[in-house]
Amino acid sequence: MAASAFEKRMRDGVAAGRLKSDELKNNFNDVHPPLDGHEALVASDRCYFCYDAPCVTACPTAIDIPQFIREISTGNTVGAAETILEQNILGGMCARVCPTETLCEQACVRELAEGKPVQIGLLQRFATDEVMTQNKQFFERKPTTGKSIAVVGAGPTGLACAHRLSMHGHNVTIYEARKKPGGLNEFGIAAYKTVDNFAQKEVDYVTAIGGINIKYNEPIGPNLNLDKLRKDHDAVFLGMGLSGVNALGLKGKEPEGVMDAVDFIAQLRQTKNKGKIAIGRRIVVIGGGMTAVDCAVQAKLLGAEEVTICYRRGQSQMNASRYEQELAATHGVIIRDWLQPQKLKTKSGAVSGITLEYTHTEKKKLVGTGETITLEADQVFRAIGQTLGDENSDVLENELKLDHGRIATREDGATSLDDVWAGGDCTNMGDDLTVTAVAQGRDAAESITKYLNA
Amino acid sequence: MADISNNFVGIKSPNPFWLASAPPTDKAYNVERAFKAGWGGVVWKTLGEEGPPIVNVNGPRYGAIWGADRRLLGLNNIELITDRDLHLNLREIKEVKAKWPDRAMIVSLMVPCEEQAWKSILPLVEETGADGIELNFGCPHGMSERGMGAAVGQVPEYIEMVTRWCKQTTRMPVIVKLTPNISDIRYPARAAKAGGADAVSLINTVSSIVSVNLDDFSPEPSIDGKGSHGGYCGPAVKPIALNMVAEIGRDEETVGLPISGIGGITTWRDAAEFLALGAGNVQVCTAAMTYGFKIVEEMISGLEAWMDSKGHRTLDDVIGRATPNVTDWQYLNLNYVTKAKINQDTCIKCGRCHIACEDTSHQAITNMLNGERHFEVIDEECVGCNLCVNVCPVESCITMEQVPAGQMDARTGKKVVKKYSNWTEHPNNPSIVAAE
Ligand SMILES: Cc1cc2nc3c(=O)[nH]c(=O)nc-3n(C[C@H](O)[C@H](O)[C@H](O)COP(=O)(O)OP(=O)(O)OC[C@H]3O[C@@H](n4cnc5c(N)ncnc54)[C@H](O)[C@@H]3O)c2cc1C
Ligand SMILES: Cc1cc2nc3c(=O)[nH]c(=O)nc-3n(C[C@H](O)[C@H](O)[C@H](O)COP(=O)(O)O)c2cc1C
Ligand code: SF4
Ligand code: SF4
Ligand code: SF4
Repeated sequence: MAASAFEKRMRDGVAAGRLKSDELKNNFNDVHPPLDGHEALVASDRCYFCYDAPCVTACPTAIDIPQFIREISTGNTVGAAETILEQNILGGMCARVCPTETLCEQACVRELAEGKPVQIGLLQRFATDEVMTQNKQFFERKPTTGKSIAVVGAGPTGLACAHRLSMHGHNVTIYEARKKPGGLNEFGIAAYKTVDNFAQKEVDYVTAIGGINIKYNEPIGPNLNLDKLRKDHDAVFLGMGLSGVNALGLKGKEPEGVMDAVDFIAQLRQTKNKGKIAIGRRIVVIGGGMTAVDCAVQAKLLGAEEVTICYRRGQSQMNASRYEQELAATHGVIIRDWLQPQKLKTKSGAVSGITLEYTHTEKKKLVGTGETITLEADQVFRAIGQTLGDENSDVLENELKLDHGRIATREDGATSLDDVWAGGDCTNMGDDLTVTAVAQGRDAAESITKYLNA
Repeated sequence: MADISNNFVGIKSPNPFWLASAPPTDKAYNVERAFKAGWGGVVWKTLGEEGPPIVNVNGPRYGAIWGADRRLLGLNNIELITDRDLHLNLREIKEVKAKWPDRAMIVSLMVPCEEQAWKSILPLVEETGADGIELNFGCPHGMSERGMGAAVGQVPEYIEMVTRWCKQTTRMPVIVKLTPNISDIRYPARAAKAGGADAVSLINTVSSIVSVNLDDFSPEPSIDGKGSHGGYCGPAVKPIALNMVAEIGRDEETVGLPISGIGGITTWRDAAEFLALGAGNVQVCTAAMTYGFKIVEEMISGLEAWMDSKGHRTLDDVIGRATPNVTDWQYLNLNYVTKAKINQDTCIKCGRCHIACEDTSHQAITNMLNGERHFEVIDEECVGCNLCVNVCPVESCITMEQVPAGQMDARTGKKVVKKYSNWTEHPNNPSIVAAE
C-alpha cells in the first residue's frame, strides 16, 4: 500500500517528498506579496517627504526615498524607478531582501511616530517591478574609453560595479567561477524572498546596458591569478564574496547528515522540484544569523516536523534581526540561546542527535557551564559564518593585504594594490548585506574611473 | 444635557442640521431616509417652473480633488435643478411633511426672473404645507446661462426685486440663498434684506474646473471630450463660506439678519464654527453625499458633547459668539508677540518645519545641534508666523507661545509692551504721517 500523506510527512530520517507539491508551492510563495496600485498609493500617501530624510541616511545606497515615494504618489512610477536605480541598480532585489526593519524603515520617522514605518521596501519593489516588466532602461553607456576592467564575481557587488563602469564607457569582463551569475542572489537568498527566477531576470536587466562580458566557469585561481588579471586589464575589481564556511570545530569525522546551511539553501534555490530535496524530520541549525534563520525556516517549509536554532549567545545578540527571529517563530521554528555544540550523536554512520553545552558570559568571555542538553536530530546544519575560502585566500594572500581573513579596503574600495579594488562580502568593509555589496561595487566603479581618468 | 433644538425664522426642527438642496433631497425616498437617520430638516432639491422638466447630462456630473488616502476634499458638479416633474415633487413634499411634522421642510425654487413665474409657483408650494422657501440665486452653471440662479444672484437689484415679489405673495418665510461667485458678499445680502427676506443661506457652490484630463485634454468631468465649469463644494470651500457668513454677520446693514450656514460642513466641529460665526443653523450636502446620512449622528452627539463640556445650554448660547472677534487687519494687536516652540518629546524629526522655514520663511529652525539631527526654534529669528505649526505632521508638537509683556523679544531686542496697539497708530503707517 502507498504511504499516506501523514506517513510521508512523519518519516524518520532524511527523506524527500514530505509534502505534496501544492503544499510546497504554497509554502514557497512570496513572503511579502507585492503591493497593487491601490495599496501603493495608500502606502505612498503616508510619507512625509522629510527634509534630509533619516531613511535615506539609513540606506547604504542612499536612495532618495522621499523623492521616489512622492513620484509614486503622483502616478509617476517610471520616474520613481529611475530615482531608485540611479543609486542602486539592483534596487529590485534590495526591495525584496533588505532587512528594512534595521535599515530605512527603522529610521523612518513614522516608525518613531506610530511604530509603523512607511513601507519603503514594498514601494521600492512596486516601482522597480513595473519598469523591469517593461524592460525600460534608463542608463546609457558613455562613448567608449577603451579601458578594460576585470571584475571577479557576478554577485551583487560585481554586477553593480560592472554596470557603473559600463555607464562610464569602460569595457568590463566579469570572471565568474560558477556557471550562472547572481552570486548569493541566485544561490543564497531564501527562495520565498525572490520568486519567479527574479535573480536571473535582474542580471539580464542590469547587463542590458552593454559593454559587460561575463565569462562563466572562470574562477580566478592557480590558472588565472591576480597578476595575470592586472596585466590583461587596466584595473581589477574583486567581488568574490565568501565561499568558505566555518567548521563546527568538533572532534572526529563528521557523520552523514551534517551539512552547510548555504549548500542546502543553494540546492533548494537551484532545484526544479523542491519535492526531491531530502530533509530530516528533526533538524538542528547551529548559528544566529540570517543564514541560520533562512535555513531553519526553509527546512520547516519543506516539511521538517521540528526545527531548532541553537545559538551560543543570548537571543538579543543574534545577527538575525528581531523581525527575522519573529519570522522564524511564526513558522514554528524554536530558537534556543546560550547553547554551544559539544558532540554529535550517530547511529549507523548518520547523525542522530547533538549534545550542546549551556553557556554564559564571565568577564565578557563566553564560557561553558558544564551542563548539557541533547537534542534528537536527523540533520544538523552549520550556519556559523562564512570565510573567503581556502582557494580564494591562497590566491590573494601573497599579493594583497588582508584584515581578519578578508580583503582590507578603504571606503572607496581601494586595496593595498593601486590598480585593484574590492567590494562586498569579501572585504573587511562588507556588512553581509546585498545592499552594502551594491553600494561598494558602485563606489569602487567611481573610484576606478577617477583613477583611469587621472 | 444641552438642548440643540432649533428655531430658525420660526421654523422649528429638533436639531440645527438640515440637508442642503441637492441630490440628497431630490425625492421622498431620500428625504425619508434622511429623517429616519435623524436630520432636523431638508431644503428640497430646487424646483423649476411648470412644464417639461429640465434635463441633466447623461455622462459624469461630478469631479473631485482628494487628500491623503483619497479622502474627498472638494467636489465639483454640473448638475442642474431637479429633473423630475414639478407636480410629482410637490405631491411627495406634501406627503413627507405630513408624515414628519416635527422636521423642517423648505422648498428651494428657481424660476425665470419674471414676476408671474414666481407668483404662480408659490401657491402650489404653500399648498404642500412646507415650512418655508429658499430662493436659489446661487447655482453657477447651466441655470445661470438661462438667466436664473447665479445670474440673478450676481445682480443685487434682481435679488431685491424677486425677494419682494415672493414676500408679497406668500405667508411662508423666505430664505435667499446666495452665490459666492461675486466680489463682495455684503451687497447681495443687503439686497435680500431690503427685499424683505427672512434670512439668507450661504454659500452655494463656487465656480470651478476641478481638473483636466491629461490624456485627452478635456476638463473633468468629461462629457464626450468636453467639460464645462461646475460648482465646487465640500471641505475645501469651508473657509470661503465661513468668511462670507462672518462678513454678513458683522456688516452694519445686515447685522441680525438670520443666516443658514452652508459650505463644507462635514463634522460637528465645522457646524459649531458656523454657528459661532453667526449662522442660526447649518445645511450639509457633500458630507452626506460622501458618507451617507448616518453622519448626522456624529454631528448631533459631537455638538451636544461639546456644548455640555463648555456649559452651553442652548444654541443661542453659541450662535454669533465669535462674530465680535472678527475684525479688520488694522485693528489687530501688534503688541501680541509669539514664538514657535517645539516639544522635543513628541517631535519625530521629520525636518519639515526646518525646511519650510529655511527655504521659504525666516531661517528660524535649526536642523542640527552638536552634530545631531535636532530641530529647535531660534527665537532671534522667529517672527511667530505659524507656518511650522501648519506643516508639522504631529498635532500640537509645535505650539505658539506668547512672549509675555515685559519680557524681551529676542528678535527685535525690545521689551514686549503690554498695551494694545494696532496699525492705525503705528509710526510706519503713512496715513498717520500724512495727518501730521
Ligand atoms: C543564506 C544567505 C541568506 C542571505 N540573505 C540575505 C538577505 O535576506 N538580505 C541581505 O541583504 N543579504 C542576505 N545575505 C547576504 C548577501 O547575500 C551577501 O551580502 C551578498 O550577496 C554579497 O554580495 P557579493 O557580491 O559580495 O558576494 P556573493 O553574492 O557571494 O557573490 C560572489 C560571486 O563571486 C563568485 N566567485 C567566488 N569566488 C570566485 C573566484 N575565485 N573566481 C571567480 N568568481 C568567484 C561567486 O560564484 C559569486 O557569484 C544572505 C547570505 C546568505 C549566505
Ligand atoms: C450635485 C449637487 C447639486 C446641487 N444642486 C443644488 C440645487 O439644486 N439647488 C441649490 O440651491 N443648491 C444646490 N447645490 C448646492 C448645495 O446645496 C450646497 O449649497 C453646496 O453643495 C455647499 O454645501 P456642501 O459643501 O455641504 O456641499 C448642489 C450641490 C451639489 C453637490
Ligand atoms: S523617513 Fe519615512 S516619512 Fe520620512 S521621507 Fe523617509 S519614508 Fe518618508
Ligand atoms: S453613483 Fe450610482 S448612479 Fe452614479 S455612477 Fe455610480 S452607480 Fe451610477
Ligand atoms: S515638523 Fe514637527 S515633527 Fe517634524 S521636525 Fe519639525 S517639530 Fe519635529
